[in-house]
Amino acid sequence: MIKTPTSFSVTRSLIGRSHWHPLEIVFWVAAFSTIWLFPTKYLILTEIAWLALFALSLDLILGYAGIVSLGHAAFFGVGAYTAALLAKHEIINEPVLALIVAGLVASAVGFVTSFLVLRGTDLTRIMVTLGVALVLRELANQNGWLTGGADGLQGVTMQPILGRFRFDMFGHNGYVYCLTVLFVLFLLARRIVNSPFGLSLQSIKNNPLRASAIGINVNLRLVAIYTIAAGYAGIAGALLAQTQAFASLAYFDFERSADLLMVLVIGGTGYLYGGLIGAIVFKFMQDYLSVWTPQYWPFWIGLLLVLIVLVGRERITGWTRPIRELASKLDWRAARKDGA
Amino acid sequence: MRGDEPRIPLSVKAGAESAAGQVWGELIDIMLTILFDGVAYGMLLFVLACGLAVTLGLMNFVNLAHGAFAMAGGYCTVILVNRMGVPFFAALPIAFVVSALIGLILERTLYVHVYRKPHLDQVLFTIGLVFMSVAAVDYVMGSSQVFVQLPSWLQGQDVIFGVGVGRYRLLIIVICGLLTLGLQLILTKTRFGSRLRAAVDDARVARGLGINVNWVFAVTFAFGSGLAGLGGALGAEILGLDPSFPLKFMIYFLIVVTVGGTSSITGPFVAALLLGIGDVAGKYYLPAFGAFVIYTIMIVVLIWRPQGLFARPAGR
Repeated sequence: MIKTPTSFSVTRSLIGRSHWHPLEIVFWVAAFSTIWLFPTKYLILTEIAWLALFALSLDLILGYAGIVSLGHAAFFGVGAYTAALLAKHEIINEPVLALIVAGLVASAVGFVTSFLVLRGTDLTRIMVTLGVALVLRELANQNGWLTGGADGLQGVTMQPILGRFRFDMFGHNGYVYCLTVLFVLFLLARRIVNSPFGLSLQSIKNNPLRASAIGINVNLRLVAIYTIAAGYAGIAGALLAQTQAFASLAYFDFERSADLLMVLVIGGTGYLYGGLIGAIVFKFMQDYLSVWTPQYWPFWIGLLLVLIVLVGRERITGWTRPIRELASKLDWRAARKDGA
Repeated sequence: MRGDEPRIPLSVKAGAESAAGQVWGELIDIMLTILFDGVAYGMLLFVLACGLAVTLGLMNFVNLAHGAFAMAGGYCTVILVNRMGVPFFAALPIAFVVSALIGLILERTLYVHVYRKPHLDQVLFTIGLVFMSVAAVDYVMGSSQVFVQLPSWLQGQDVIFGVGVGRYRLLIIVICGLLTLGLQLILTKTRFGSRLRAAVDDARVARGLGINVNWVFAVTFAFGSGLAGLGGALGAEILGLDPSFPLKFMIYFLIVVTVGGTSSITGPFVAALLLGIGDVAGKYYLPAFGAFVIYTIMIVVLIWRPQGLFARPAGR
C-alpha cells in the first residue's frame, strides 16, 4: 500500500520518532537514582555528567551533521573560563545564570567560527577546528592578567545555586546540579534532532549535494547546529569550572578533544545516548586504569582506540544496536497506529 | 598541546647598543641570522613532514601519527650516540633505516586496514597510535628531555660576513638541502617517481595502467617515515626531544602539508621554509604573540585556499 505522504502523515511520523521509549525512561530513572544509591561516588559521577554533556554536544555536530572536529575543547574552554571569571569577579554570582551566560558566550564563539568549517574536506575541517582550539588556548595563555595564564584561574568562590544550594564538600549538590542540567539539555537536544530541522541535518550528513538540491539551505543549518553544539560544550565546560571552582589551560588541550571523540565512539554516534553511555564507560575505565598505572594509562587508551578502529566502530557499538532497533520498531508501530 | 611550546632557541645575540652608524648594520645582521636560523628550521620541518605530504596526497589518508616516526628516529640516535658511542654521522643513516622499517611494518600490518575507512576512523586510529607511542617512550626512556651528544666541531658558531652562523644549523641546511634535491630528482627523473606522481594524481587510473599503487604506497610510506626519523635525529638538538614530541609537532607537520598542498613537494618545501622563518622571526620580534600568528595564518590560508597555497588547479 503506497500512500503519498501528506503533511498530516509527515507530522505523525515526526511525532512518532519523538515518542519516549520505555528504555529511555529506565535510563533516566537509573541516572537520577544514583543520587541516592552512590553517595560516596559523587566526584566521578559529576565528571561523568559534564563529560556526557560535552560528548552530547559533539554528537550533535558529528553524529547528526557529520562534521569531524578535533577542536571541540575550544568551546569547552571558553565556557569554563567564562563561568570561572564571572564567579571570580562577582559579575554574576548565581551559578545557573552564569551557566547560561557561559553557554551564550561559547555559542557566540561557535557562531563566528562556524563559517570556517563550512568549506573544505574533512581534513580541512580537522585542521581548522584544531587551529581554532590552539588559537584560543594561546590567547588564554598570553592574557595572563585575565586568565591566570599557565597557573590556571585560581581563587574562584562559588555562590549557592539559585541562592539556596551550596556546593558542599561531598559534591552532592554539585552532582544533582550537573545531572539536572544534563537532563534538561538532553531534552532540548532530543527535541532538536527529532524536529524537521534535525532530519534535514541528517540528510545533509548523508549527502550534502542532494540535500541542497531538495531545497535545504545546507550552510545555514550547519551554522545553526554548530552554534548550538558550541553552546552545549560551553555549558559542559562551565559545569566543570563551577564544580571545581577552577579553570585551566588544559581545558583547551588537544587531548581533551581527542578523548572526547573516543568517548563518543565508544558509545556510538547519531542517537544521542552514545555520548552518555560512552562517558560512563570511559570515565570508569580511565579511573580504573589511572589507579592501576598512574603514568602510563594513555597507552591503554590509545590501544583501545586502535582496536576500536581495526575491529570496526560498527561492531564495537553493535551491542547497543538491538536496543536501538527495538526502539525504532516500536516507534514506527506507534507512528503507523497514529497515522492510520 | 601538552607542556610548553616547542623550543626554538635562537642563535641571535642581541648586539649591544653602540654608535648610531652601527645600529643599522647590527639590525641587518640580526635579520640575516634570523633568516638563517629560520631556513634551517624550515628545512628541518620539510624533511620531517614531506613523507606526510606524499602519503596524504596518495591515499588521502590522515596520518596524525607521523611525528611518532620522527620521535623514533630521534630516540634511536640518542641511544646509539649517547649510550653505545656510535659516531653521530653513522647514527643518522641507522635512524633513517630503523624508522623506515618501523613504518613499513606498521603500514603492512595496521595502516593497510584503515585506508578505506572514513576520515573519522583514520583520525581515531592515528591518535591512538600517538597516545601509545608517547606513553611507551615515556615508559622506556623517561619523560625528561634528552639531547644528542654532538661532536665538538659541530658546536659553536662561526661568523661569516658578520653574520653569526651556527655550525650545526649550517650542517642541517646542507643535509636537508641535498635531501630535497635528491627527492626532487627521484620524483621527476626516475620511473618510480613518475609512477608515484601518476598514483597521486589519480590512483584509479594509475591502477588501470598497471601501476601497483599499494606497493608504491608502502615504499613511499616507509621512505617518508625514514625521512621523518632522520629529521627527528637531526632535529633533536634544535626542536627538543621528549616523549610528547609527536603531539607538540603534529600541528606543525599538518600546517606544512595543508598549506603546501599535497600535489608536489615544492609546495610543502616553500610552506616549510615560510613556516620556519615566520616562526623564528615571530618568536624574536613578537614574543608576546607566541605561536598565535602561525595558527591564525594557517586558518586564513585554509579558508582562502582549502587545497593549499601551492596546489595545482587541475587536480583530480
